[in-house]
Parts: sequence; structure tokens; C-alpha cells
Amino acid sequence: MPFRMIVSNLWKTYSSEEKPIEVLKGVSLSLDQGQSLALTGESGSGKSTLLHLIAGLDHPDRGDILIAGQNMVGLGQGERAALRRKSIGLIFQSFNLIPSLTVAGNLSFQARLAGRADPDWMRDLARRLGLEDLMGRYPEELSGGQQQRVAIGRALASRPPLVLADEPTGNLDEATADAVLTLLFDLIHESRSALLMVTHSDRLADRLDARVHLSAGHIDQ
Amino acid sequence: MILASLGAILSHWRRHPVQLVLLVLGLSIATALWTGVQAINAEARRSYDEAASALGADLGVIVRSDGGPLTTEDFVNVRRAGWLASPMVEADFSIGPIDVRLVGVELLTLPRGATTLDLDDAEDPGAFFQPPGQFWVNERLAAQLERQETPPLRISDEVPANTVITDIGIAQSLLGASDISRLVLSGTQPANRTPLRDFAPHLEERAATDSADVSRLTDSFHLNLTAFGLLSFVVGLFIVYASINLAFEQRRATFRTIRAVGLSARMLSLILLAELALIAVLSGMVGVILGYVIASALLPGVAATLRGLYGAAVTGELGLDPSWWAAGFGISIFGALAAGSQALYRMLRLPVLSGAHTAAWFRSFTRDLRLQTVAAVALLASAVALYWTGTGLLAGFALLGALLLGCALLLPLPLSLATLAGQKLARSPLAEWFWADTRMQLPQLSIALMALMLALATNIGVGTMVSSFRETFTGFLDQRLAAELYVDAGSNERAEAMQSDLEGRVDAVLPLWRVQARLFGEPGDIVSAADHATFRDHWPIIEGAPRVWDLVASGSAVLVNEQLARRHDLELGQTIDLPGGWRPEIAGVYSDYGNTAGQVLAGLEAMRERYPSADHSSFGLRVAEDRVGALRDEIMAQYDLPGSAIVDQASLKQLAQQAFERTFIVTGALNVLTLAVAGFALFASLASQSSMRAPQRLRSGRLGFAARR
Ligand SMILES: Nc1ncnc2c1ncn2[C@@H]1O[C@H](COP(=O)(O)OP(=O)(O)OP(=O)(O)O)[C@@H](O)[C@H]1O
Ligand SMILES: [Mg+2]
Repeated sequence: MPFRMIVSNLWKTYSSEEKPIEVLKGVSLSLDQGQSLALTGESGSGKSTLLHLIAGLDHPDRGDILIAGQNMVGLGQGERAALRRKSIGLIFQSFNLIPSLTVAGNLSFQARLAGRADPDWMRDLARRLGLEDLMGRYPEELSGGQQQRVAIGRALASRPPLVLADEPTGNLDEATADAVLTLLFDLIHESRSALLMVTHSDRLADRLDARVHLSAGHIDQ
Repeated sequence: MILASLGAILSHWRRHPVQLVLLVLGLSIATALWTGVQAINAEARRSYDEAASALGADLGVIVRSDGGPLTTEDFVNVRRAGWLASPMVEADFSIGPIDVRLVGVELLTLPRGATTLDLDDAEDPGAFFQPPGQFWVNERLAAQLERQETPPLRISDEVPANTVITDIGIAQSLLGASDISRLVLSGTQPANRTPLRDFAPHLEERAATDSADVSRLTDSFHLNLTAFGLLSFVVGLFIVYASINLAFEQRRATFRTIRAVGLSARMLSLILLAELALIAVLSGMVGVILGYVIASALLPGVAATLRGLYGAAVTGELGLDPSWWAAGFGISIFGALAAGSQALYRMLRLPVLSGAHTAAWFRSFTRDLRLQTVAAVALLASAVALYWTGTGLLAGFALLGALLLGCALLLPLPLSLATLAGQKLARSPLAEWFWADTRMQLPQLSIALMALMLALATNIGVGTMVSSFRETFTGFLDQRLAAELYVDAGSNERAEAMQSDLEGRVDAVLPLWRVQARLFGEPGDIVSAADHATFRDHWPIIEGAPRVWDLVASGSAVLVNEQLARRHDLELGQTIDLPGGWRPEIAGVYSDYGNTAGQVLAGLEAMRERYPSADHSSFGLRVAEDRVGALRDEIMAQYDLPGSAIVDQASLKQLAQQAFERTFIVTGALNVLTLAVAGFALFASLASQSSMRAPQRLRSGRLGFAARR
């Protein structure tokens, strides 16, 4: 059965001290295997929130998130973690590498957690990402672009059917960002993963199969 | 999955080895001090039990009411009256240069269960009591006696330290007297036996021998040690708490990432628990070894102290008991869990999505602070409650503990308020940052400060206690050891002869009569006071009726020591029941340092009258100070006394002071160790603090402040 992700009628309100912040007000979207989708929107429009909900890191107030036939919303904490481990590769804006592990350790971490470590693929990945010579270094000894490449590698190492990326090149200069993204698209293409990527840049959004815009809590195509 | 996550979590320590060392060291020091003290206590208790079981202390005995020895005739009468009793003699005895406790028993009548020794020798049943007899000793004493001339030695581990067990006839001939110390009673006695008062009113039956009371006497000493061990453990826990929290704090982002990547919170907690257990076992191992080293270093001192203060025999050697290993690991794991439970709990509730890092933690600190203050107030309240209602040593310790811990827990509150005030009053942005930053560091810092405060308080407390003890003790010695020379004549007759001989050659002769007696059912003694200025001027009376010495001299009243007075709420004018139906009034209370037993001081004439057979083989002599040396030599030569039998005041004081100092060797050592642990805690938390602050300094540096500030 081909992979498919369906988000339907998602609502999310944050309670704050003054008044509740309604961030998502009935968001729906879908993503098929191998497809890539750009998510744009103003700062504070709720892009990260949506991504976190899809990844099961937070709870929506209402709505469903079907990932490979499982509804993330109904699952318990442990099952959500398992679904994330097996099916989702997360690329954070701020890399979120494990500081005490080397590049090699970080790269293979999720794949080993999911029990899907493939040494050949790992070696290939490291070479393609240009990390071969950095394998023994620690994250704090890397530049921003290098760290971002490690984060991408970690998300792809277990060949998850779905990759969620939150402004993966937000910290990089344009040239480096382009190079890193090209790499990401190539790898996604090869592993036939679906990609949902948050970006501010129209130029980058144009390189993906499709794009949606989030504003005032709604998606407009 | 588990291996990969455990690897990621443990990799933190590879990157922060110093932190790991601090944590393991903290936990192992805490464990070490605790197990060390436990080991010492266990060893001492084992010695007491051994002494009790090997000498039949569990069984009832018949003794003379006035504490004097029994005669063979007494024994025969008791047997005739239908009692199942066996004679026993027990005395100090020297074999060459070695002082031992000589215990003589009669094998034929010895009740079952009186001793755990298997004294019957199947091959040669007569060997025990037929001359030359046998000496039953433990291995250690056997090695010491190797070169001495003794009957054949039989070695058994069950014989208490420094004790020789032999046949009563052999013991009596060695001691040169046919005295019997006591009659040991069989567990079951014939119902138709004649009551003692009908045929031998001077004898009385007692539940158990005095030797069983040794553990009671030494209880306070062991409680002291335990309290110290516990305190060190608590101080150690503060370090452990600080390091564990720090390690969790530093890995907060890692935990988030690991969970975002797909590990459930429950699994992560289990892995962290495993990590804690691993560290605890490692520290437990180091701790038990350290504890053993500490215990074996301190034990000889403790043994010497116990022997000196209470006459309790404790072997100066430490056995290796597997139960300590278990206890050491247990306390280490308990400590790690106790110190880590809060961090673990927070981890479980940590949302995967990050909020502001320090800010979130600080909010939880404010919540904890409230809880902590409540706990502190509760502790202080229970201290007050204990002060009003509690009695006894244990309650005293609990009170002190609650007070100390309560104050320590209260400490962060004023610190927090002070920094808050600083922040509010700050004018410049830099000052504001300084106060805000200091406030943020409080959670970490206050833990170390609490540990330090606890240790300092104990140190000052113990220091003052010891020095005031020393002062009291020296004063006490000056008062109690007023006579310039003390002579042990060896027997009453000899003492009497010597005294009348010496009369006129010295300023005064002070006979010392002594009777062991039950005072309020507990072992104690009655000693005599001659009607002489020595007593009137020097005796340390705390509370006394007018003309107290006249009352004592007349025989109508006695003095009691402070211990007895406090234990039984005795008041002046009250009467006290003494053996032989004597009921004198209490005319005063005197201080009697280091004696846990009750004591009564009675007038010399009254003692002579009431207890004519009491021991009075030693006496004191008053002479001018410059004559002491010469007189000592003179007496030694004239009466052919060994040097040990005639002691001058100065060397007696020195001996006593040595014993005193030895008591507090242990305290001093533990004091230093506790302070070291606390200093270590402060260092640990400052060291990790600076590593956590580095990025922040960088940040404020970027904002335009020079990093040097
Ligand atoms: N934990 C939270 N508690 C309260 N409000 C929150 C929380 N997280 C996000 N918000 C609010 O929800 C709104 C959406 O935030 P979100 O991070 O999803 O925006 P975003 O589209 O990713 O913005 P950016 O492009 O700047 O990253 C914001 O107004 C934010 O203030
Ligand atoms: Mg965002």
C-alpha cells in the first residue's frame, strides 16, 4: 500500500495569560508518497505548530492526522513515539543534534533507534552530504551548514516515508541553502519519501511539487 | 533501541568526565562514611554479643547483695536448697605482660546454654579440669600467649577477645583465692526450691550479669557515631543531588531530541533509571571499599575508647561481612534514587517541545522553593514539638536533625528574596542583568550552600561540644583526682595494714571503699568519702543541701551522681534504697563525667558499718607535691608493690586525658571528612555552574559587555 498522509480539519488553540491564541482553525491537507509540499506563511501564522501536531509532539484540539493508516491524534504517548520513530524524519530549524554524540553517532541515531541501520546507506549518505571527513567530530565543532547537513542526514538515515522540515535552511546563506536543498530533494527522491517543508522563501517553495499558504488559521491553495 | 538510547545518554559522561567523577565521588563518600560507621557499630555489637553468649550472660545469676564474692559454703547452701546453679569466677589476671580476663567455670554443673563453647572434649573428658587444665582462648590471644607459660591452649573463635576460659578450680588456684564471683542459674529451676531470703539473706537473684549491660552502656556512643554517619550521608546526598540535577539540566535538549526522534517518555525514564542504578552500583562499590578503609582506620581508636570508658572489649580488627556490601549498595542506590527522583519526575513531565530553557526551570524552582519552605517550617515545628515532648537521646538527636535540616532548607528563601530586592533596586542594565543572573543560578548554588551550612553547623557544634567536654573533663579530673597518690594494695587486709602504717607519714590517708550494687535495678556502685577537706574542697557538687558534707559524714545522707539523679528524677531530701535495707537521704548531686552507670557517694564510717566486706583494697594519700616521687618509691620498696599498683595523680590524669582524646579521634576524623564533603559539593556546583554560564556570558558579550566583567 503506498504511503499517504491526510490532515483533516485541524484546530489548535494555545492558552495564554491574556487571551487564548487561536492558531489553527480547521486546517486540512494531504500528501502522497514521493510528493513534496511547501508550507509558507507569515511569522507566527502557525506553521511550526502544524508540523509539531503532525509529528505528534503536541495535541490538536480537534481534527485527524492519518499517517500510513494510523491516526496520530488517537494514539497514546508511547505509540506516537513509535510512529514517529518508524515513519517520520524531522528536520528542525535549530538542528537539535545530540551534543555528546559524534557526527557518526548523530547520523545513525534514529535509524538505530528504529532498528533500521544500514551501513551501506549510511556511508553513501555521509559521502553525499560531504560529511565523510567530519564523522568523528562533535556538533559544537561544526559550522551551521555542516550541522544542518547532519540533521538532514539523521532524518533520512532510516528512510522514513514522511519527512517534515521546519525551515531547514533558515540559518544558511543562499548559496549554501541551495546546495543543501538540492541534496535534500535528491535524497528524498531516491528514497521515495514524502516531504512537507516550511519555508519563508518563494524561490525555494517554487522548487517543490506544490505549495500551500497558511494565514489566519486557514490554508489557502 | 535501548542500547542506542543508553549509548546516547551515557555519552554525556564521556564528554563531561569531571561531572561523572564528582557524582561518583559524592555518592561514594556518602556511602563510605555511612557504611564505615555501620561497620564499626556492627563489629562492636558482635563483640558484645559474643561476650554475652560465651559467658552465659543471658542466664540468671545469684550474687551477693553487697557485690562481694561468694564462698564455697554459699554455693553448697544454694545447691542444697534445691537451686540448679553453677559457680563461676571472673577476674582480671596477668599472664606475663598480657592482661586478660580470666573466667573459671565448673563443667559438671554448668547449665546448658550458659556458653556456646563446646567445652567437653570427647577424647579426654578430664583434660579440662585435671591439672594443668586447659585455657580456652581465641586465635588472637593464642598468638599473643605463645611465648608465655600456660596450660595447653584450646583455640575457639567463640571465646571473647582477651578472655581465658578455664576450669574454676584451676582459675581459683591461679588467683590464689577460693572466691566465687557468681552462681549461674539454669533456665529452669525446681519449683520446690527454698527462697534465698530464707537461708541466705545476703544473696540475691538477678536477671542477667552485668556484662549484658555493656551494650546498654555503649549505646549512646554508638548512637553518636550513627548520627554522624547519617549526617555525612545527608551532606553527601546534597552533592549527589546537585550533580544529578545538573546532568539532567544539561541534557534537557538531548532528552527532547531523543523523544522527538521517537523514544517514548516512559522508555527514556527507564533508561535514565538504569543510568542512575549503574552509577549507584559503581559508587556503591567504591563507597564500600572506602568505608572499609575508614572503618578499619578508626576501629582501633574506637575499641580503645570503648575499653577505656566502659570496659567493653571490642576486637580491634574488622571482619569482612557480606551484609555490609549489600547495605553499602543499598544505601548508595537509595541515595541516588532519593537525589535523582525529582530530576526524573521532571523529566517525565517535560514537554517534547522546548520552552525557554532556564526560565522554565526557574519557574519550577520557585514552585520547589515554596514546597521547600513548607518542609522547612514543618521540620522546625517538629523540632519545637520534640523539644517539649521528647525525652531520651534519640529524641535529642531527632530534634537536632530537624533543626539543622529545617534551617538548611530555609536558606534559599532569604537568598532568593535578597536577589529579588537587588533586581528591583538595580538602576543600570548591567546591574539588573547581574541580579537576574544570580537569581537564575540560585537553585544550583543554594544546594551547595545548604550542604556547606549543614557541615559547618555540625563542625562548629561538634567542635564546641568537644572543647566544652574537654574543659569540663579537665575540671572534673582536678576535682575528682584530688589525692596525690593512689595505692592499690591488692587486698583489704593489706590495705588496712598499710594505712595504719602510713598514718602520720603523710598529710592524710583517704580509704576508698567500693561496693557494686543495684541502684534502681540497674548496675551501679557505692563509693566512700572520708570526712576530709579533700572532699569538702574539691568534690564537684552540682546541687547540695546546706552542710552537705556533715550530713554525709554522719551517715544520715549520701550524694548521688548526676546520671542517677537525672535518670530517676531524684530530688534533695528524697530517700534512696540501698542494699542491705539502708535508706539514707539524698543530700546532693555531683557531676561524674564519662560514667554511664549510677553512683552513690556515702560517708566512710557508714560504709564501714553497712558493708564491712566491701572492697577497700585501694586508698588515696595526700602529701605535699614535692614529696610525691620520693614517697612513691619508698612505698614501692617497703611493701614490695609493682609500679602499676601505685599511681600518682599526674600520670592518672594523663591517662584519663589520653582516653578522652581517643574518644574524640573518631569525632574529629568524621568532622573533617564531613567538611571535606561539603567543600567538595561547593566546588562541584561552582565548577558545573561556570560551564553552564559560559554560553550566557557569550550572549551578554554579544550584547556589548566585555566578557572580562
Ligand atoms: N507553547 C506556546 N504557548 C503559547 N503560544 C504559542 C506557543 N507556541 C506557539 N505559540 C503561538 O502560536 C502562534 C504560532 O506559532 P508558530 O511557532 O506555529 O508560528 P510560525 O508560523 O512557525 O512562525 P515562524 O515563521 O516565526 O516560525 C504564535 O502566535 C505563537 O506566539
Ligand atoms: Mg516556526
